[in-house]
Amino acid sequence: MVTAKLDKATVHEWLEKVLDPEVPALSIVDLGIVRDVEIDPEDTVTVTLTPTYSGCPATEAIETSVVNALKKRGVGAVSIKRVLSPPWTTDWITDSGREKLRRYGIAPPSPSLDIACPQCESLDTERVSEFGSTACKASWRCRECLEPFEYFKCL
Amino acid sequence: MTSDEALVAYTLRLADNALVLSQRMLETVAAEPELEEELAHANFALDFIGQARMLYTQAGELEGQGRSEDDLAFMRDENEFRNLLLLEQPNGHFGDALVRQFLFEAFYLHLLEALTRCTDEGLSAIAVRALKEVQYHFRHSSQWMIRLGDGTELSHARVQASLNNAWRYTGEMFVADEIDLAIQENHGGPDLASIQKLWRRDVEKTVAEATLTLPDDEWMASGGKQGQHSEHFGFLIAEMQYLQRSFPGATW
Repeated sequence: MVTAKLDKATVHEWLEKVLDPEVPALSIVDLGIVRDVEIDPEDTVTVTLTPTYSGCPATEAIETSVVNALKKRGVGAVSIKRVLSPPWTTDWITDSGREKLRRYGIAPPSPSLDIACPQCESLDTERVSEFGSTACKASWRCRECLEPFEYFKCL
Repeated sequence: MTSDEALVAYTLRLADNALVLSQRMLETVAAEPELEEELAHANFALDFIGQARMLYTQAGELEGQGRSEDDLAFMRDENEFRNLLLLEQPNGHFGDALVRQFLFEAFYLHLLEALTRCTDEGLSAIAVRALKEVQYHFRHSSQWMIRLGDGTELSHARVQASLNNAWRYTGEMFVADEIDLAIQENHGGPDLASIQKLWRRDVEKTVAEATLTLPDDEWMASGGKQGQHSEHFGFLIAEMQYLQRSFPGATW
């Protein structure tokens, strides 16, 4: 049981350990979908989340993981608020999230079409397909080190 | 019809369009000519399902009768669906399915763009999200129109025939009825006459680049928006609703 009074920073730290099931290199905080954490006087925690893509199949899984993660740490009541507006954009992925993606072998979203290879950092890369293993990724290849890689599409 | 009733009806139409098209697209999964299209169609259909879910949820909440997204998708009868006739047409061959996609997305893109400026916050939030997705779909379907139209003699002839066949289902998109007008007046919704101009401009541009010929506007089919569907629709929802009809309330 939680004996000390809950604070937002602690809840935030816990949420940093909840991973995105489709890109497990990233936490939901890195992904930028945690918009707000509120704690009422009875210690009910409300987490506001914004879904990524309309049809992201991970939305429900993420909500369940958040509830489980907080309950496991003794939070009695957790409620999830799903907010659509403003819509999520890949700009909300944090800098450390981008670094984690790179280390995981996925090129982070970039507004320019100079996509650096996550393996060797070469900019001599080409798109193989606009589609990939999940709706949010495209398939790319590096012409320098010849490794195929995934690119997190800019949205 | 009150302003709220019109908004529920309008939101349901958008949801039905997204759901019915995704159902048709998913029928082609595991039957595409190449892997890339396989992934593309599954990805796009998923976007449409996501949009349908948000729209059904919103319509259900606004209606206030406790109907969930699943109730609205799986427990309504054929004549209660308000999707466009174009979207329920059978997949046919690759070119038929492509033309259906292309003609609808050229319309849906501008409709969503206008809806981002409507005064209903829920609808505009969904439109902002969906617009980004559909821009990406439309780029894809336009490229394929050009590739097939300006491809071989055979691909050109087949996609031209697909375009001619689908054309009669495009008129319905732009016929504004009392629901469309109510949304336009009460919520700053889209003006279908302006959307038609933008649609025509975009369709003409790609069709010309694809070296295809735009069909003449002859007789146009209508009725989907009023719940009068083509003979294909009953089979589509029979398959789609089978599980919930047999085991009402089933979840996993």
